[in-house]
Amino acid sequence: MANLNVSIGNLKFKNPVLMASGTFGYGIEFEDLIDLSQIGGIFVKGTTLHPREGNDYPRMAETASGMLNAVGLQNKGVDYFISYIYPAIKNIDTRMMVNVSGSTIEEYVACAEKIDALEKIPAIELNISCPNVKQGGMAFGIDSASAAQVVKAVRKVYHKVLIVKLTPNVTDVTEIAKAVETEGADAVSLINTLLGMAINVEKRKSALSTITGGLSGPCIKPIALQMVYRTSKVVKIPVIGIGGILNWKDAVEFILAGATAIQIGTANFIDPTVSIKTIEGIDNYLNKHGFKSVKELINYEL
Amino acid sequence: MRYIGDWVVKENYRIHDHYSLLKLTLDKEIPEMMPGQFVQVRVDDSPSTFLRRPISVHFIDRQANELWLLIQIIGDGTRRLAKSRPGDSINLIYPLGNGFSLPEDIFSAPDTNKKLLLVGGGGGVAPLLYLGARLSALNYKPVFLSGARSQNDLLQIDEFRKFGTVYLATEDGSCGEKGFVTNHSILESGDFDYLYICGPKPMMIAVAKYARQHSIPGEVSLENTMACGMGVCLCCVEKTVSGNMRTCIEGPIFNINTLTWQI
Repeated sequence: MANLNVSIGNLKFKNPVLMASGTFGYGIEFEDLIDLSQIGGIFVKGTTLHPREGNDYPRMAETASGMLNAVGLQNKGVDYFISYIYPAIKNIDTRMMVNVSGSTIEEYVACAEKIDALEKIPAIELNISCPNVKQGGMAFGIDSASAAQVVKAVRKVYHKVLIVKLTPNVTDVTEIAKAVETEGADAVSLINTLLGMAINVEKRKSALSTITGGLSGPCIKPIALQMVYRTSKVVKIPVIGIGGILNWKDAVEFILAGATAIQIGTANFIDPTVSIKTIEGIDNYLNKHGFKSVKELINYEL
Repeated sequence: MRYIGDWVVKENYRIHDHYSLLKLTLDKEIPEMMPGQFVQVRVDDSPSTFLRRPISVHFIDRQANELWLLIQIIGDGTRRLAKSRPGDSINLIYPLGNGFSLPEDIFSAPDTNKKLLLVGGGGGVAPLLYLGARLSALNYKPVFLSGARSQNDLLQIDEFRKFGTVYLATEDGSCGEKGFVTNHSILESGDFDYLYICGPKPMMIAVAKYARQHSIPGEVSLENTMACGMGVCLCCVEKTVSGNMRTCIEGPIFNINTLTWQI
């Protein structure tokens, strides 16, 4: 068995395979099917200061090799999370991390501050890239100045590992990455979903209640890979690669492109055991090619 | 408890131009599944079908250790499933969702004389067969009312007859009474204690209206579009009196009174 450990900031992970927010619930939903302790880490469902009902149905449309979603950050709010969900997940033997979103900088800060107090949550992922909310979300992530502003404000109150999740719906993602690095982000994760849409021609209506939504799945992988590659060349902090990863081979591609860790998202819907298979696949690959540690692959000279 | 695993196709009957009856078996005893629950079926090698397909439990034959799925052929994914052959392997996540309320959940005192009406429209009859079988096993006498466009579109009628009285309605009058299920004379008395409804949404709304008018409690089975089926993606929500609920976890069975339908 090769060494699969990786680090982000001062935080060690047993392997680089992490579960993307919004695709893995709070982990416990998968408990019957897999051993959660084998996973590198889990980003739980996007959490906001106040409860959110999310968008109207329909929220999902299947597309060629992917899907569009317009969930809109439905969640019961950070206080509910702390009182009712955290106690149930805090003893899961993997890195449990919270994805934090907000409509205003104050909301991001207040939410992050509350999660900072939770002993078993060693990191947050700041979501400045959700395309499905009217206020905040992606609005902060499409501009270097506003992205820097949110990260700066959260950095003041949040003392653990701070990961910033970036949107691909920008002219140059590397500019945003550099801006948040300067303000003290410990890592960037990318990409969130790409803006997209689909139309039901029989009903002559958009397939989503919000007209546009976020595209995910294997159809976005080449775009994500390119962005991870370019970003990893310009920042010193670790990059977490996300975007259409279906198996170990996709994961290895992202690591070779420069990712220190990867997140699996939409693939969890098709195969809830994909995390375990991906970890085993990476290990087999390393053994087969004589690598002792997965770290030897990161930012490989292509 | 949820499971994931490969099932083997034992039989596949094309019972209609647009429906296949798949009988699947497992190399161990099929775990408990409740009427109204569903399974997430993986479709392999389809160029356009990417997500699993949620299919309701049509019947469980304990003696033969078979799970029956009634597959409506809509797109490439269901077309592939409908073409599967005996011996083929199909990967399922099972069982999912909440299931129909059974008399012990509904009535304060057990009374097998309670009149239970199961109304199905088109392929919506699928979950009602297993429900009827379970009710019959509990010594109730379920009454089935099945509606479709024409005689040819009435599905599995002989199977339903094994578990209760069957009434039929067809839009063209080719079998049973002419018209929609809501026009059927069996409904005139309003003398039912509980309604179970599954079918196209307009039909479910019409039957829910009837239930409301006659103060009959009841529940419907929804088929909102799903991605995960396991409660994590929050795509399949239905607006209820208590906010957005996941069709895959808090549903697919919803009490009529919890919905915000205009009825």
